Amino acid sequence: MRLTFTVNGRQQEADDVWEGESLLYVLRERMGLPGSKNACEQGECGSCTVRLDGVPVCACLVAAGQVQDREVVTVEGLADYARQRAEGGCGTGACGTSLDDAKRWQSKPADGRTGEAGAFPQQLSAIQRAFIDAGAVQCGFCTPGLLVAADELLERNASPSDEDIREALSGNLCRCTGYEKILDAVRLAAARTEEAV
Amino acid sequence: MREFGYQRVFDVPGAVALLGTDPEARFLGGGTNLVDLMKAGVERPALLVDVTELPLGRIEATADGGLRIGATVTNSDLAADPQVRRHYPALAQAVLAGASGQLRNMATIGGNLLQRTRCGYFADLTKPCNKRVPGSGCPAIEGEHHNHAILGASEHCVAVHPSDMGVALTAFDAVVSYETADGPGELPLAEFYLPVGDTPHLETALPSGALITGITLPPNPVAAVSRYRKVRERASYAFAIGSIAAALDVRDGLVREVRLAFGAVASRPWRAREAERLLTGGPASAEAFAAAADAELAAAETLPHNAYKVTLMRNLVVAVLTELTEEATR
Ligand SMILES: Cc1cc2nc3c(=O)[nH]c(=O)nc-3n(C[C@H](O)[C@H](O)[C@H](O)COP(=O)(O)OP(=O)(O)OC[C@H]3O[C@@H](n4cnc5c(N)ncnc54)[C@H](O)[C@@H]3O)c2cc1C
Ligand code: SF4
Ligand code: FES
Ligand code: FES
Repeated sequence: MRLTFTVNGRQQEADDVWEGESLLYVLRERMGLPGSKNACEQGECGSCTVRLDGVPVCACLVAAGQVQDREVVTVEGLADYARQRAEGGCGTGACGTSLDDAKRWQSKPADGRTGEAGAFPQQLSAIQRAFIDAGAVQCGFCTPGLLVAADELLERNASPSDEDIREALSGNLCRCTGYEKILDAVRLAAARTEEAV
Repeated sequence: MREFGYQRVFDVPGAVALLGTDPEARFLGGGTNLVDLMKAGVERPALLVDVTELPLGRIEATADGGLRIGATVTNSDLAADPQVRRHYPALAQAVLAGASGQLRNMATIGGNLLQRTRCGYFADLTKPCNKRVPGSGCPAIEGEHHNHAILGASEHCVAVHPSDMGVALTAFDAVVSYETADGPGELPLAEFYLPVGDTPHLETALPSGALITGITLPPNPVAAVSRYRKVRERASYAFAIGSIAAALDVRDGLVREVRLAFGAVASRPWRAREAERLLTGGPASAEAFAAAADAELAAAETLPHNAYKVTLMRNLVVAVLTELTEEATR
């Protein structure tokens, strides 16, 4: 089948997709977007978390056919997604993250610590910056899924309690950090957003 | 995974007609259980009929003061619904106690009721399993069974039903409605899941090819003071090893009405009718709660590694009913 859906604000098509491929496979292998990670493939770890029509889901358990005509946001489009949210929509008409930009997406922090984007066009979102600053990334495998899930939490709830954070991120497993730094990062992002308002 | 077709349907008769009685076709809700089982090779459908665009996505008050929940309402939307939270709090709590946010966002009510057991042998094609291959045997009885049934099981299968939502629905006398090519039908949840007996592969009384269209909750004033408590091996995001949905109406120290259902103890959500009967009209005391739990659990048949569940359930009954008594008399 030909699969048509929106990825990070831009319409994309993929041909010869077999309906039963997972969304995760389509994103990684057909679109060349390896940000969403493939770990358990059974909905248990959350490292494949993307937003499907706005809500976080495990891309590994979504069959490709299920996303026809729907909107997906992956970690590669998160910075742009967060920016649009802050600016109240797509003012310039040139929003979204093109596939090429998404494939080449990388954080190029100017000083390696603060996450200020250097020459690279993609600014980091608040949650991405907070993960770097709080030291919430070790091997990084869980990070993309956590970023998508944590960003959505903060969108719903600007000042979550520790319990809110734990519950919202309970579908995302991390084998390295022991979670403390991840909680710090979410608290940091929330605090900074509050300050900014 | 075997190749399969995928089709979206937009009206109920069309959905039922498309599926027909084709044993190779399956309805697809959120896919969080079915896609998983397809990856494991347990399910090998030739066609998936996606029901999530059917006009079954609403929660509405019924004329008599109950609630009608459409089959494609997501688990997240059910748990967030203000009417559910106000009139059936244990139902919202049960749904939120299940899976993770990502999964609840996809999972539907219909799919939740029909999710399959998490018995490890069931999903492992290299092992025998009567539920997957009738007559092949049940390795759980001699093997890994610490989270298997203590009530209503048989020598052919000791698996438990994993749904949290179903436990609360059972306590509140929910009725499942469905549609077949021959027209609509209804099944009270109490009759929805079949006894295990020697046919553990036959799980529900739904006619073949039936589409679940929704669930109706009768008006249930007692449900307003209700609670779901789930015990699991970690604080969140794990299946229950024992759970309870309870509702209680206490006046002047006496139990006027009580609803009790257990999860993770049987092949279906277990309505504790014997305990309810003993409690009704009697004192709302810890001793009475414990005695009622003991009476309900007298029928328990345990295996070497799941006997702890009897004590667990007894303690849950006492703890949750005590809390509800305090809540009611506050
Ligand atoms: C990692 C993980 C952890 C989980 N933890 C929990 C937990 O703690 N507690 C809990 O209760 N659940 C838990 N679940 C299970 C989850 O609740 C179910 O997977 C989910 O509710 C199934 O809903 P679905 O819409 O995705 O079903 P699907 O996977 O789409 O379908 C499941 C079955 O229902 C059938 N079906 C679907 N809709 C209909 C319909 N309208 N009519 C007829 N047949 C239909 C399908 O054909 C299929 O056989 C967990 C799942 C995962 C993957
Ligand atoms: S308990 Fe049931 S599901 Fe598990 S192995 Fe035995 S027959 Fe299969
Ligand atoms: S890869 Fe999807 S949840 Fe683990
Ligand atoms: S940082 Fe390694 S899994 Fe989380």
